[in-house]
Amino acid sequence: MVENIQKPIFKIQNLSAFYGAKEVLRKININILSNSVTAIIGPSGCGKSTFVRSLNRINDLILNFRVQGKIFYHNKNIYDKDVDVVELRRKVGMVFQKPNPFPKSIYENIAYGLKIHNFIKKEMIDEIVEKSLKKAALWDEVKDNLKQNALSLSGGQQQRLCIARALAIEPEVILLDEPCSAIDPISTAKIEELIYELKKNYTIIIVTHNMQQAARVSDYTAFFLSGELIEFGKTEEVFKAPKDRRTEDYITGRFG
Amino acid sequence: MLLKRKPILKLKELFIERLLFLFSFLSVFTTLGIIIILLFESFEFFKEVSILKFLTDTQWTPLFINKHFGILPLLCGTFLTTLIAICVALPVGLVSAVYLSEYASLKLRAIVKPIMEILAAIPTVVYGYFALLFVTPLLKKIIPSLSGFNALSSGIVMGIMIIPLISSLSEDAMRSVPMSLREGAYAVGSNRLQVSFRVVFPGALSGIISSIVLAISRAIGETMIVAIAAGQQPKLTLNPFVPIETITAYIVQVSLGDTPYGTLEYRTIFACGMTLFVITFILNTFSFKLKRHFLEAYE
Repeated sequence: MVENIQKPIFKIQNLSAFYGAKEVLRKININILSNSVTAIIGPSGCGKSTFVRSLNRINDLILNFRVQGKIFYHNKNIYDKDVDVVELRRKVGMVFQKPNPFPKSIYENIAYGLKIHNFIKKEMIDEIVEKSLKKAALWDEVKDNLKQNALSLSGGQQQRLCIARALAIEPEVILLDEPCSAIDPISTAKIEELIYELKKNYTIIIVTHNMQQAARVSDYTAFFLSGELIEFGKTEEVFKAPKDRRTEDYITGRFG
Repeated sequence: MLLKRKPILKLKELFIERLLFLFSFLSVFTTLGIIIILLFESFEFFKEVSILKFLTDTQWTPLFINKHFGILPLLCGTFLTTLIAICVALPVGLVSAVYLSEYASLKLRAIVKPIMEILAAIPTVVYGYFALLFVTPLLKKIIPSLSGFNALSSGIVMGIMIIPLISSLSEDAMRSVPMSLREGAYAVGSNRLQVSFRVVFPGALSGIISSIVLAISRAIGETMIVAIAAGQQPKLTLNPFVPIETITAYIVQVSLGDTPYGTLEYRTIFACGMTLFVITFILNTFSFKLKRHFLEAYE
């Protein structure tokens, strides 16, 4: 396995996941290292989305979804009964496949996460809104129109707004579930640049269909197939010298 | 040629098409007919009573010797009962909509929603007697000065009647807020209450307002309950404890009485009908526009 210079922030042990009777993840064992970018690749339906959606328990919203096994986040199993899911989700932020800004102003989109939890002064919120938008490389484009409805932004801008919204509450981990699949190449490039920047301060897990993207942005790559983890390692090694035949077939485009 | 259509077939198709047209326009013609008659009869009425008098006189006594034709007391009665009804239906309807849409399990919703909708299927005459014979005596125990006929109990019962209108339509509006918005809100650490009231509720607002406007419109047009339980005394008052009369109840009163056809007294009901029609038409148009706006919001 990978040498542990950084410490693992997620330790996943024997994770299986089910929608009703259908098993979509089978006995996944993987460690996610802090302050790194981990890419999850694999063909459609291989369980990679389900995997990241288990990490902040957002899949709890889906009826008949259940998991077996353990996901340790800082040595605490997040599926334990006494876990505060709200607190978990504030630490493990998420950006979804399709941009999903609230039908509110740009400002309110980012302020939302701050307002619901703590009593913060208006000036503080202003400051965090600006900081988050800057981190998400959106500030220059929207700084004069913060009161504008977020839905009037372009798809790429909306997605960066969603990243800013996730950053505003200062998470440790950011889950990106195919964040570029619904936006144009230029916005994609911006978001990739952004991921590179964010890596310094955050742990990032990105699901992607795009092999080049995985190769470009990630330090580690996990290849999923039919609900199983086939291969996990340093991105360089996985792409240059895959150990498993199926990984090689997939990244060379022989299927998927 | 083989492809040539037989003339009889063409005739048959034409016949069917015309028949379908006729049926679909039956209701349109009926509506038009009603509007024309309303317009015509009210026009006759306003030839004798000026519109200004109709809208500003504070007394409504067309059946007395000293005749006054001020719609205000009737409007006031309608306003009062509608206001009470909305005060009952709005909180109950909205809270149950939030509960059914955001909290209840699929199973529970499948049971509760149809039951609530049954409320809307009860004949309003039943509600009327329910107000008169059950709610009024009950309220009298708390408010001894309450009259046998009053705006309060009919308003409350009318409110109960329109609860399903608000809860059911608002719930539909809230449920059509995309799941992705809820996920976005949960992902920044919202709890269910915050998701419901800060994201889903505002997201569905135009649909919710449209349901409220429809409910108001229904309450304004409601007849049986107020005719039975609110009394028949047109009074310019906002006191809910005394007998009043609404526009609709007045129309019933005159229609059932022995007012001769074609007289001014008889025409008052068309003027009243016209007033009602204008109010509900404005409200329905408003609600329709809102609903369309709402449907466009997420597409």
